[in-house]
Amino acid sequence: MTQVFFYLISAVVIAGALGVVLVRNVVYAALLLIMSLMGVAGIYILLSVEFLALVQVLVYGGAVTVLVLFALMLTRTGELKEKLDGEQKPLAAVAAIALLGTFLAMIMQTAWPRDVNQLTVVPFTDIGDALFNRWAVPFEIASGVLLVALIGAVVIAMQEEGER
Amino acid sequence: MTMLLSAPAIDMPGALASVLGLVAITLVMTVGVAYATWYERKIIARMQLRLGPTRVGPFGLLQPIADMLKLLVKEDLRPATADPIAFELAVFAIFIPSFLAFVAVPFTADWLISPLPLSLLYLLAISGLSFIGFLMAGWGSDNKYALLGGMRAAAQLISYEIPLILAMVGVVMVTASADVYQIILFQDRIPLIVWQPLGFIIFLTASIAEVERPPFDIPTGESEVAGGVFIEYSGIRWSMFQLSSYVNMYVFALLGAFVFLGGWEWPFGRDIGWGYQLLLTVSKMALFIFFYLWIRASFPRMRVDQLMSYAWKVLIPFALLQIFLNGLFIVYDAPGVVLAASSWAAAGGLMYLAFHVVRRGEPRKPLQMISVRATAVAARSAS
Repeated sequence: MTQVFFYLISAVVIAGALGVVLVRNVVYAALLLIMSLMGVAGIYILLSVEFLALVQVLVYGGAVTVLVLFALMLTRTGELKEKLDGEQKPLAAVAAIALLGTFLAMIMQTAWPRDVNQLTVVPFTDIGDALFNRWAVPFEIASGVLLVALIGAVVIAMQEEGER
Repeated sequence: MTMLLSAPAIDMPGALASVLGLVAITLVMTVGVAYATWYERKIIARMQLRLGPTRVGPFGLLQPIADMLKLLVKEDLRPATADPIAFELAVFAIFIPSFLAFVAVPFTADWLISPLPLSLLYLLAISGLSFIGFLMAGWGSDNKYALLGGMRAAAQLISYEIPLILAMVGVVMVTASADVYQIILFQDRIPLIVWQPLGFIIFLTASIAEVERPPFDIPTGESEVAGGVFIEYSGIRWSMFQLSSYVNMYVFALLGAFVFLGGWEWPFGRDIGWGYQLLLTVSKMALFIFFYLWIRASFPRMRVDQLMSYAWKVLIPFALLQIFLNGLFIVYDAPGVVLAASSWAAAGGLMYLAFHVVRRGEPRKPLQMISVRATAVAARSAS
């Protein structure tokens, strides 16, 4: 039964991802992106990392896609007239396959700490412990980078004196 | 797929029972929402010295049934230029998440659909998904007011989700659990509102914004965007929008009742039987709903610029302050009184600031009399 659900959810993820690339309407593409990201959350649930699944829903399903949708809906492009692929199609295919190969090689080569055929349940307190105790410095550096980006966005969006 | 052979098997009878439970809740909620509209009209009428519905049935009690029948038989219109897929599916994108929230709601100590270890996070995550539906409806309707309303709805939902989650982070820090059930058990003697009044006020404000009720009904404001995303909808689809908006209100009222008022645990303990527990849950929920209606009757709608600055400049800093206070409390292992006192003081500060912001209008012009007197004084001293 779990396998059936796994294949169903994977089909949703792959169909959504293909749709993002192939659909000509950009708003549909963004909505299909949400579908694909939600499917990934479903796979996390099947792997019993509920915390990651919920964060996926909150961050990718919420915050990230809303930016995409906002930008698209305000521009109102509608259907794209021009062709979506061009002369560099074979190059792009080679790059994509190379990336896939790299990822596959990485997954195969990595010595995973636990038995990959057994499901390891990670309590979400462990994730918090790792983030805020063990890896606190990288976490803080990442927060600093995000803060800089945030302030930069505010500065760019701020209206100058006499504008408007 | 050997990888997944060891994954937990999905318990089919359990899954079926969950689905049936959710269907039952959906049916009960539909009637509950119909009577929530009656209750709302009666309460608001009372506050405005009117009578409210009186004609259909005793005390107008059959009015919601009549309204429902009217809405069901109305024609389901779709503008010719609307995007068919986005327009039709938007309703479900709002409707489904609001009902899915009930999966993790423990109505009594023994009756909940599915015990989730992170049910608090689940409730927040799933109720934040409805913005997709608002954007789909706004864009799909091919109407400027609908698009503006959809944009406003999405911006508001995303912005007010942050103080809401941060207030809940404070709760999770105090109770050391992200499970609503465990949080209720934590409050067997003292409800969390005593320990976390600041978090409670932030939750209350942000939840009104999340359910888009007045004074935060900017996305649907009649006078500005003429109903917002609902402008092109009619009949059954419009009533599904209304239904999910009320269901969201129920969800947040239940969440507040569980997290801050002790749910079915406080003040009688959990040995009082499920009937009383349900009564306790429902009456605490009704308290929140009454508060939402009271707020609606009392405050004018906020402006769209006030909305964003209130979330980002007032609520989020105070929510972070609450987290900071809780952190100090945990690190230094301070007595609970300190936590409560600091949170109450900060809540007082928030209320003062909110009052100040609301009262600060246009800068006052100096009174004419003063300037006359000033010129008279100046003239006398000159002579």
